[in-house]
Amino acid sequence: MSRKEKGSTGNKPGTGSAASTGGATEIAKKSALDAFMSSNGAISVLVVLLGFICGTILVIAVGRNPANMYTALLQTLTGWDVNRGVWNARYIGEWFTAAMPLILCGLSMGFAARTGLFNIGAEGQYIAGITAAQFVALYGPQVLGLHWALALLAAAIAGAFWGGIVGWLKARYAVSEVVATIMFNYVAYFLSRFLTQLIPAANTYRTPNFPQTARLKNLFLEKLTNGSRLNTGLFVVIICVFIYWFIIERTRLGFELRATGLNKEAARCSGIKVTRSIVISMAVAGMFAGLAGAVVSLGSFSYGRVLGGLDNYGFNGIAVALVGNSTAIGTALSGLLFGMLASAQPLMQSRQIPKEITWIISGLVVVFISLRAGFKMLMDWRAKRIAREKGGERDE
Amino acid sequence: MDGYAIEMIEVTKIFPGVVANDKVTLRVKDKEIHALLGENGAGKSTLMSVLFGLYDPDGGTILVRGKEAKIRDPNEATAHGIGMVHQHFKLVHNYTVTENIILGMEPRNKSGSVDLSGAEARVAELSDRYGLSVNPKDKIESITVGMQQRVEILKILYRNADILIFDEPTAVLTPQEIDELMDILKRLKAEGKTIILITHKLKEIKEVAERCTVLRRGRYIGTVDVASTSEEEMAEMMVGRAVKFKIDKAPAKPGKVVLKIEGLTVSGSKGQDAVRGLDLEVREGEIVGVAGVDGNGQGELIQAITGLTQIKSGRILLEGRDLAKCSIKERIEAGMGHVPEDRHKHGLVLDFRLDENLVLKTYYKAPFSNAQGLLDFGAMAEKGRDLIGQYDIRAGEGPATKARNMSGGNQQKAIIAREIDLSPRLLVVAQPTRGLDVGAIEYIHKRIVAERDKGRAVLLISFELDEVMNLCDRIAAISKGEIVGIVEAADADERRIGAMMAGHRGTAVNGSADTHAKAADSNPVAGGKA
Repeated sequence: MSRKEKGSTGNKPGTGSAASTGGATEIAKKSALDAFMSSNGAISVLVVLLGFICGTILVIAVGRNPANMYTALLQTLTGWDVNRGVWNARYIGEWFTAAMPLILCGLSMGFAARTGLFNIGAEGQYIAGITAAQFVALYGPQVLGLHWALALLAAAIAGAFWGGIVGWLKARYAVSEVVATIMFNYVAYFLSRFLTQLIPAANTYRTPNFPQTARLKNLFLEKLTNGSRLNTGLFVVIICVFIYWFIIERTRLGFELRATGLNKEAARCSGIKVTRSIVISMAVAGMFAGLAGAVVSLGSFSYGRVLGGLDNYGFNGIAVALVGNSTAIGTALSGLLFGMLASAQPLMQSRQIPKEITWIISGLVVVFISLRAGFKMLMDWRAKRIAREKGGERDE
Repeated sequence: MDGYAIEMIEVTKIFPGVVANDKVTLRVKDKEIHALLGENGAGKSTLMSVLFGLYDPDGGTILVRGKEAKIRDPNEATAHGIGMVHQHFKLVHNYTVTENIILGMEPRNKSGSVDLSGAEARVAELSDRYGLSVNPKDKIESITVGMQQRVEILKILYRNADILIFDEPTAVLTPQEIDELMDILKRLKAEGKTIILITHKLKEIKEVAERCTVLRRGRYIGTVDVASTSEEEMAEMMVGRAVKFKIDKAPAKPGKVVLKIEGLTVSGSKGQDAVRGLDLEVREGEIVGVAGVDGNGQGELIQAITGLTQIKSGRILLEGRDLAKCSIKERIEAGMGHVPEDRHKHGLVLDFRLDENLVLKTYYKAPFSNAQGLLDFGAMAEKGRDLIGQYDIRAGEGPATKARNMSGGNQQKAIIAREIDLSPRLLVVAQPTRGLDVGAIEYIHKRIVAERDKGRAVLLISFELDEVMNLCDRIAAISKGEIVGIVEAADADERRIGAMMAGHRGTAVNGSADTHAKAADSNPVAGGKA
């Protein structure tokens, strides 16, 4: 503060009476670094670039040509095979297909995060969605258009229920949502296995085939992408991204959720029903994850699965939301990024690039993002201390 | 320059983004009481932390008794004979006085066990010499805050300190305890100790200090001789302009009762009854102040009134309607405004924009929300601009400023603006000027008085007795969760309120119908109150 006024020490009483504003106005002056750090989008882009740079160095270090990695990624993104000069839209379709559940699970994580909750349970809510969708697919009315819509609805409700219970436990009994969601993941997993195996003619890994009316198959999209698995789920994702944005940014509910997430006590003090916010937030988060389950189940499989392991979309959603800063568009973009890395794996392998490099890159991106979170904590701490020193916060 | 116990020359301490001490010079003569005066955030505590080895200075030199000293940690400060009485005591509550004092340097007897009786004898001897009247065998949890402070003093005397730093020592004391502390300071000086007194209370400086160094916003303003400098002059040095001590206000014209609290009992954090059968009335057009030492149930009282905590029993009537079981939102809609004690925790969403914070209690109503539950950000920004103008809130980016990036005074102005704009029937105000500079304090006081003059009922809770006495029309003293007496501000004097704050009902009887000549502590549940 006031470096330029340094010379005026030793004022006699009565002379130094010019400045009357609070000493803490200096807090408002941010350094350029602060401004950059507060632009979350810019940081995410930087972090992703950093991840790729490290990945490239790694590829060179193991003696492979990094150009092969980038041509594989280019082919995933555009369908253009540089080496052979062939274009095939199927790659684009597969990329989107891989990104769809990631985006939905990212939305799940992000929505809870905006309300100050850590939803580690997207995996369980995703499984709840799969299970519900499979049951409706096998037993629902086989009416074209209605059948898969009902299955999606059931998955959304199941996911919302599974998330909502945790929200209710947190709101009512102050059970940590982190612990509860982790436990609920396993409950969902084994419950799903148990219930699905009850279906007649189901064996230890699958049920009979779904009726065609239940599937999210979309001939138009398939044709457009040269026979990829891209399906109606794409529209579900687009609608969900929009719903997410709309609720958070435009509605009264979103205002309440954001206020609760940023300062629960102040929200409560202002008359916002914080417990209600928590339940709603977890339920909506669960809904997104449940839909992810339905999109995978009805879009990419022709039969119901007796799960033999976790698909991990729910957990990857955490990374997606982190990189996407829990905004609607950010999460969609970061879901596309992670989807690209996942669907580029076979192409990379065919070009002598170890497929693990994609996991290393996504892992590095998450690490760098977390570093930013740490850096932000540091900035917050600093701002607090400045406020204290400058007489903003509390008694000395 | 002999004769100086401490010389801190051009000490600079820079925190990232802020210069907390900018070439500050402090020269403390041997065996004097030297006051360090400044507003909150002026850099007093930072300077003393540098002296006590808690912070490394970024520039400047420190001389202890004329010899340059590098003080890297508090142990080295102790070795130099410097001791500090912190504002927040560092005592183990279920230990005795002596055990606390010897903690960390326990004397051993021949068999190798702790020589407690020897230590007790020494503590008793020190206590006698400085007139502290502390019983070495008392447990900390059973003695008053004033006594606990004396234990802190004994702790540093026991370590042979002869330069004693007191960090805002009177903040937690009742007026009587403050008087006694002043006597102790004089006694310490008479016994040859050098004392640095950190404070922003001019009265105390006038009473005990010989010289006074003034800091303002991290810079050295000057050192004056206390006897030949008036309080007004020191205040002006501290603030940087002329200061009015008295609040201008017309006599109150109280009307009908707005808030009526009957037999309110609230549990505290440790399960005890923090508020015990409390009765209180606030009428329209008056400011009622609750005066008391921190921790006597004020926090729980406010939380109960505003709905932040459940009550155990009793009624909270706002214009005749019992709100005790109502939600916070219902209370707000019934006409209750609340300026919370902790503005960062309860008052603001720091990462929200200023305009969002200004509509935090009205966002769900028109024009900010429509019937379909959609927000109108334009209307919010407009409201933001309106209140920014009306209440002179300084915010760099207008309504879009993040609350976090505003100064404490402007954050508080924003809360005041929001609450007053609700046009509440009752305004509950807790510690409204804590940590603010004098300009903001003046403004906020003016606004509160203006609300009173509009016919609103105002309930003020503050630990600053001066603030309560200045601002309020009636003063209710609270002690151990009960109102022990109510006096008209016009015929209140500090001594009497102080006695009540300490729990002595009997001393407050004359002049007030609400007080009861009941011995403090005799009957904890106030079942028999009139």
